[in-house]
Amino acid sequence: MKYNQSHTEYNKYVEIVTPKHSTFKNCLNAFWVGGLICVLGQLIHNVSMEYFDLNKDDAGSVTSIFLILISVLLTGFNLYKKIAKVGGAGALVPITGFANSVASPTIEYQKEGEVFGKGVKIFTIAGPVILFGIFTSWVAGLIYWILLSIGLL
Amino acid sequence: MNSEAIGKQTIKFNCPPAIISSASIVGEMEGQGPLAPYFDQIETDPTFAKESWELGESEMQRRAVQTAISKAGIPKEDIRYLFGGDLLGQLMSSTFGIKDFEFPFFGLYGACSTCGEALSLAAMTVAAGYAKNVVATTSSHYASAEKQFRYPLEYGNQRPLCSTWTVTGSGAFIVSSTSSEQPLSNYPHIVAITTGKIVDYGVRDNMNMGACMAPAAADVIYQCLDDLDLKPSAFDKIITGDLGKIGSEILIKILLDNGYDISKQHMDCGVEIYDDEKQDTHSGGSGCGCCAVTLAGYILHNMANHTWKRILFVPTGALLSTVSYNEGQTIPGIAHGIIIEQN
Repeated sequence: MKYNQSHTEYNKYVEIVTPKHSTFKNCLNAFWVGGLICVLGQLIHNVSMEYFDLNKDDAGSVTSIFLILISVLLTGFNLYKKIAKVGGAGALVPITGFANSVASPTIEYQKEGEVFGKGVKIFTIAGPVILFGIFTSWVAGLIYWILLSIGLL
Repeated sequence: MNSEAIGKQTIKFNCPPAIISSASIVGEMEGQGPLAPYFDQIETDPTFAKESWELGESEMQRRAVQTAISKAGIPKEDIRYLFGGDLLGQLMSSTFGIKDFEFPFFGLYGACSTCGEALSLAAMTVAAGYAKNVVATTSSHYASAEKQFRYPLEYGNQRPLCSTWTVTGSGAFIVSSTSSEQPLSNYPHIVAITTGKIVDYGVRDNMNMGACMAPAAADVIYQCLDDLDLKPSAFDKIITGDLGKIGSEILIKILLDNGYDISKQHMDCGVEIYDDEKQDTHSGGSGCGCCAVTLAGYILHNMANHTWKRILFVPTGALLSTVSYNEGQTIPGIAHGIIIEQN
């Protein structure tokens, strides 16, 4: 067979014939789904402060814990996937998305045992986020310390 | 001479091997699709009553082989070889699925084209006189494939519109030798095979497998027509494995650029097996099981009732590895052509 196209031309052609999700629709869905998750978080925050006499910091922790719990439960019932299908980044960026990315491999790999299954695979998706998150905060801390030392802060 | 090598990549069998029996076992989702009436067994339990996805897939393959043997009505001892494979690492599903049969076994990997590879080798083996009956089988399972190649099932992400849905299904075929004394003329016959090359057009998107495989399918169809000096109209159908909607469109265009218009004959198992509007599968079905169960069920049914007399069956595979993908390599494709005729 004759190859009429170079790889670059072929890839360009593929891009033209491949349908894509509408970015506008995705943004809109991410906005309201992510927004709803934040509203839920705010609700938990307000309830813990008003009815359980927690201070702002403790209420923040309680909010995270509850959002994670809800997300893990929804992951277990295979419902979080349905929310993420519609919400996209709106469902993945909040802490609920992070919880989903930790809970889902744990469920998937439990058949491979406690250590090599759950233990090794639990952070297959969240691992990079944790690694680079911690590294970035270390760099930020270093800059903060330097600025303090030279008297700029 | 039992067969002859023709052109660059084709073998024509003078005593074409017969497919004396076929079986298709599928999962629930395939059982809700448009081809449901043609399958032998629809299993609603995704693990096939086993402990894991992988063992479930093995059980599915075991049932497919068992059903094919039972339908053929021959004793198990008359099977000389089994050619089989699946998508999982080290052919795990096939190993555990067929070990209890105790057949001499050739394990194959051709990604989703494995069905074509298995049938080709089975046909060559019986045509050469090395065996009377051999089994060709393949399987794929949505959950085990997602686990190996993509994300855990419960992980929330958006599938692109060009992505395909791995078929949970296993197909098995008994391929038998024929002779002038025993022509087995009631059965469909593998009259020729064209073995495909690895074709790489530089696609790197692992969610657009149709685009990775379409050039390979085009290449093997072109070579088959060229080697045998045929036109697309010589076939009632030219059936690709799992190109999906986008891959099919690309295939037809590449072949048109090379002087063959197959738009009238072309059909894709991946497009046929699901109803995208109702089942939200996007570009279509994929996996070794996709074309295997479609051939075992729908296609051979249409040949048995003489709707189609001669088809070119082209299982397509994307030679994707999670390692090569992470190392920035392209995703080459492969496809094998098999001409099946019904008298």
